Amino acid sequence: MGVPSILENRQQSIVFKGRKKQEIRCETDSEAGCVSQRACVYCGARVVLNPVADALHLVHGPIGCASYTWDIRGSLNSGADLYRNSFSTDLKEQDIIFGGEKKLTAALDELIPQFQPPLVFVYSTCVVGVIGDDLDAVCKAASLRYGIPVKPVQSSGFIGSKSAGYRAACDVLFQLIEPPQPLEKDTKRFRLNYLGDFNLAGEAWIIRSYLERIGVTVNVVFTGDSRYEQIRGAANADLNIIQCAGSMHYLAGKLQEAYGIPCLSVSFLGLDDTAETLRAIARHFNDPSISEQAEALIAEESARVMPAILKYKSRLQGKKAAVYVGGGFKAISLIKQFREIGMEVVMIGTQTGRKEEYEKMDSLVNEGAVILDDANPAELERFMLEQGADLLVGGVKERPLAYKLGVAFVDHNHDRKHPLSGYAGAVNFAAEVYSTLGSPVWQAVQGGVRHGRV
Amino acid sequence: MLDATPKKLAERTSGSMINPAKTCQPIGAMYAALGIHRCLPHSHGSQGCCSYHRMHLTRHFRDPVMASTSSFTEGASVFGGGANLKTAIKNVFEIYDPDIMAVHTTCLSETIGDDVPTIIRQAEVPEGKVVFHANTPSYQGSHITGFSNMTKAMVTYFAESQLAEKEERVNIIPGFINPGDMREIKRITAAMQIPFTLFPDTSGVVDSPMTGSFQMYPRGGVTLPELKKTGDAKLTIALGRFASSDAAETLEKKCKVRAATLRTPIGIKATDAFVMALRGAFAVEVPRELEEERGQLVDIMTDTHFHFHGKRVAVFGDPDIVAAMTEFLLSLGMKPIHVLTGTPGGALGSGMAGFEGEVKEMLSAAGISGNVKSAGDLFTLHQWIKNEPVDLLIGNTYGKFIAKAEDIPFVRLGFPVLDRSVHSYLPVVGYRGAMRLIEMISGALLDRQDRDAADEDFELVM
Repeated sequence: MGVPSILENRQQSIVFKGRKKQEIRCETDSEAGCVSQRACVYCGARVVLNPVADALHLVHGPIGCASYTWDIRGSLNSGADLYRNSFSTDLKEQDIIFGGEKKLTAALDELIPQFQPPLVFVYSTCVVGVIGDDLDAVCKAASLRYGIPVKPVQSSGFIGSKSAGYRAACDVLFQLIEPPQPLEKDTKRFRLNYLGDFNLAGEAWIIRSYLERIGVTVNVVFTGDSRYEQIRGAANADLNIIQCAGSMHYLAGKLQEAYGIPCLSVSFLGLDDTAETLRAIARHFNDPSISEQAEALIAEESARVMPAILKYKSRLQGKKAAVYVGGGFKAISLIKQFREIGMEVVMIGTQTGRKEEYEKMDSLVNEGAVILDDANPAELERFMLEQGADLLVGGVKERPLAYKLGVAFVDHNHDRKHPLSGYAGAVNFAAEVYSTLGSPVWQAVQGGVRHGRV
Repeated sequence: MLDATPKKLAERTSGSMINPAKTCQPIGAMYAALGIHRCLPHSHGSQGCCSYHRMHLTRHFRDPVMASTSSFTEGASVFGGGANLKTAIKNVFEIYDPDIMAVHTTCLSETIGDDVPTIIRQAEVPEGKVVFHANTPSYQGSHITGFSNMTKAMVTYFAESQLAEKEERVNIIPGFINPGDMREIKRITAAMQIPFTLFPDTSGVVDSPMTGSFQMYPRGGVTLPELKKTGDAKLTIALGRFASSDAAETLEKKCKVRAATLRTPIGIKATDAFVMALRGAFAVEVPRELEEERGQLVDIMTDTHFHFHGKRVAVFGDPDIVAAMTEFLLSLGMKPIHVLTGTPGGALGSGMAGFEGEVKEMLSAAGISGNVKSAGDLFTLHQWIKNEPVDLLIGNTYGKFIAKAEDIPFVRLGFPVLDRSVHSYLPVVGYRGAMRLIEMISGALLDRQDRDAADEDFELVM
């Protein structure tokens, strides 16, 4: 098809850096009839909670919502793996007519004795929100019967966007957290919660090892490879660091309000951001030994990976990248990370970025770069081509689109195959970018036997 | 690792699913609608549904999957989704310019009771463009039911009987199979020189070639004029009772086109039945090309039968594919002792015998007693396997959890396959598809034998 037209209502969601001053429209509902890349409230809640490894995740609704989210996150675990099974009440027509509470109760009575989980999440889906099942009552009763927390997650798909699902998940996590154990006076402990890492490809493990090396203990990761016991004790920390701000800002706010735990927004994507994050943590704890160890780690790890990064940089210099990811935090880091390997971001967009994040992106990209919110495939195609992007960074739905255009691709979402965090991740990222841009398969794209071009 | 399934069988009465072997109607409807040329599927529900379906189909086909959504919000759920759908129709034609928009419902829009045909009638549809719909409540049936309902809607909306005499042409309804399979069915029919209409036809849509440009509407798909003419064909062959019969029977009632339901042509018997049905109805000779392929298949079956004979197999997936595969396994001398589908046995009032009855009949004719279940889940299948182990597991990607836990060779077949590529391009139907299946099965079994062989038992020639 030719260059697709841009729907009038969408024009405010697309801005060009340097052209006439215009504020991007974001954090709004999608237009009906758009081929949106966005998902729903349930999806947001599910991706945040799914990595809680020892929980039984029961999806209350017709089968689809459970099927599509069965083990999709690529969150690794160290031992407990109940979360990798898919549980559904599989609501049928009768349940829609007469209500699904009885079936939910029966499911809980069957599943809890069978699997003996320490914690159950019950996710509400669209129809459950409409037929008005009293999830709170059913869960509370089950909780009393079995002496474990059975937590309803208010995630009916239509009650908002994916971000509303993040909040629903954070609400439930917060309910699980118990007041802190009293500390003995003058105790020095450097203990933090790491929010917004889902341990994709084992990323949280890498960050945990860095923090341990500088003398900081990770109390709990929200939610990558986490367990109920760890979540309960989340208030026993002196600091929250948040990586995926989109999903976890809300929980950090609640922890600060309730228990006075301060929080820091951080990023472990790319060399500069990783170093800056480690320094910020050290500054926060204001302890010379942590600062020293952080500097030592930064020096050692940088030295270890720099030759590889420079090698890739020399080969990637001048290439152009397009980025379309879920949240704004990742988008901002990627602009910086591409610069570290010699590349410019010429198109950047997110599904659910916030206004201040878009402002930050605007301050980072070069003149002429396009910034878009909640883009559809037609817009992605148009701007990738117009901007001459050599590479797209995105998720599962964007991959084949890029390939069809002959544009290289890196998955920075659930389908990533290597950890992309920290120093090791920076090298993996550069290697992935190089391997897709440098692949000989793109040469075959230009040919065609029909016109005698091979 | 990944082994939460206990061996001990306990009665399960709650109706909940553990590790499902099905998904919901709308994704089947979306896939069927992609099989119409220049058609944009539209999901009338929350954004998440559309996003999940596109994601799942994209992972299976590794091709872009386009579909729009009504993007329900809280307001729409209270006041009805009419306004959203009307806006969507306007926007879709304005920006994406399809020829046809295929609306399917979701559990949400069904539950709030949106009257989709009326909303469509009231919407502004540009001149020359078409909007049609299928009701696909997610709380009934499975993705196969959704595929069937959307295919049936193609008949109810478009098929016309215009001629006094039926034409020498066959309609073929392929069912929920891969585009590679659809290509093979078309090749076989074309080889017999019978004019045909295959609908829906996703070949050339979700297996479209790389050209260096993105085509929102690739070349493939059945066209609207072709769908209209299905009413004038003299025969409809529905391949698979669960995915295809309903549309064929509707066409018979509407336009008096004789309907014949056959198994999905997987394996030698089912392919023979397909070829013979065409030959019988159109009085054509079976070309040498197909005769030769059949002979090659039989040759391969005899060459390799000792690899398979007596091996116990568990097979699961969609009912049409699983029933046909069970038949083929029996032809190879294998023992399908666990056979399971997630799709419920048969829609009320459809007149279809249940899946369980069909499969049990085949097994008992072969003197095999086995576990057979419709509306089952993979937890049940896993328990069966723990109690009666098998030599081979056949099914979609989700089988890999069981295969790993029990250390069983695993052949991927059906939908979805999320962890391997190329499967959607190459057929498992027809004689050549059967050869491919034998290659897949024997490869899996013999690789295992090699892996496990002690040095002194490790053989060069097998």
